[in-house]
Amino acid sequence: MTDHADGDLAAIREALEKFGRLNRPLPEIADDDDLFAAGFTSHATVNVMLAIEDALAIEFPDELLNRTTFASITALANAAAQSRGSR
Amino acid sequence: MTGRFSARAAAVADVAARYADEVDRDERPPVEAVMAMKEQRLLSLSVPTEYGGEGASMRELSEIATTVGAADANAGMVFAMHHSQALPLWRHGSRAGVRSTIAKVVSEEWLLGSATTERGIGGDARRSSCALEYPSPGRVRLVKDAPVVSYGEVADAILVTGRLNADAPSSDQRMLICAKGDYTLEKTAVWHGLGLRGTASDSFIITAETAEDMLLDDPYGTISAHTALPAAHLLWASVWLGIASSAADEARSTVRRQARATVGYPPPGQLRLAELMVGLQTLADSVRHSAERFDEAGLDASVLGSISFALAMNSVKISSANALVDLVLQALRIVGIAGYRTDTPQSLSRQLRDALAAQIQISNDRLLTNDAPLSLLAKVEL
Repeated sequence: MTDHADGDLAAIREALEKFGRLNRPLPEIADDDDLFAAGFTSHATVNVMLAIEDALAIEFPDELLNRTTFASITALANAAAQSRGSR
Repeated sequence: MTGRFSARAAAVADVAARYADEVDRDERPPVEAVMAMKEQRLLSLSVPTEYGGEGASMRELSEIATTVGAADANAGMVFAMHHSQALPLWRHGSRAGVRSTIAKVVSEEWLLGSATTERGIGGDARRSSCALEYPSPGRVRLVKDAPVVSYGEVADAILVTGRLNADAPSSDQRMLICAKGDYTLEKTAVWHGLGLRGTASDSFIITAETAEDMLLDDPYGTISAHTALPAAHLLWASVWLGIASSAADEARSTVRRQARATVGYPPPGQLRLAELMVGLQTLADSVRHSAERFDEAGLDASVLGSISFALAMNSVKISSANALVDLVLQALRIVGIAGYRTDTPQSLSRQLRDALAAQIQISNDRLLTNDAPLSLLAKVEL
């Protein structure tokens, strides 16, 4: 999956902006950059997950709730696409 | 679950989940899940490889029982009870008839039931009033008035206990395999429980006549202490863990829904959920550790027959039955009214009713009464 809905990417960036507590400004972070290298923590992933779920009306299934899912904006967009229809 | 059987267990759980509410509502055996167990060859996997099975360990059986039990406790209990009967076959039997039954379990995925309690005795499986008769050389006959034969009409064979002969004391029991075709069932009462409504734990008078080589070798006292009772306790507890985890999943999903509405401001249920997860983790650790303890004992009669082993196997049953009810109630408090209602997707009605069986149907008090004198003799093995 490489074609992500622009809406998904925008919602993910907005969630990261609000709740990601990253140590670099979000516009400087590319879709494939390692978020954990940018200061993302497991505690912060929770709120980011909830915000994305709320914005996109999806629910990440249990098997996607791991570090890989939160590793990059692309990974989050893949997970969001995979989660469609699971709620 | 990540073991070598996880995909097959998940396939059965899928089927079990689909029919769980119908099984509960109609008080009928989970026949679809049983068919799926047969298709996935889950009924033969505790048979050792030298007899054609897969040699599943108790730890592996425990994980499967949890997975299936989380989807439908009735199906989980059938899996649990079947393997509590399948294990004694090769651990305590060697005669030709027993060996051919093991072969049927492997080749045809035979489902094994049991009739160990008896009307007039109470729930004590370690005493019988019915006795084996020997009508002609090589033949054995038994008539038993059994108050509970779970899924009796769905089973392919029923393991029945009785006194060794008409002169034997009530505790001198043997276990006879009654294969389909060798017995008749006369139903005397129908199971209508508050929970576990699909185990079809009906009452029957069993009349069986079969070959004498369908008797297991060891006295039932040994079979029970070394294999059948520990296996039943461990696998029931594994199913209960499944019930608790399915209730906890519902609680988690509720809190996540609430949290989504107010991201950054955790809802109060989040603290309760954290508390529930502690209890669930403790239960899981206790159940799995106890299963590993059974595996470590192997076939060592000195360990299996020890007081500390008996106490440990009773302990896992009692503690998990108690923990289960608390955990489901904790989950219900978190899920709230949607869990209390019986017509919502979030309803915990089935889980709560199934959970209540754990302390009642297999009485904690009976086990504690059995433990009481032993507790003067043995310390807890730490």
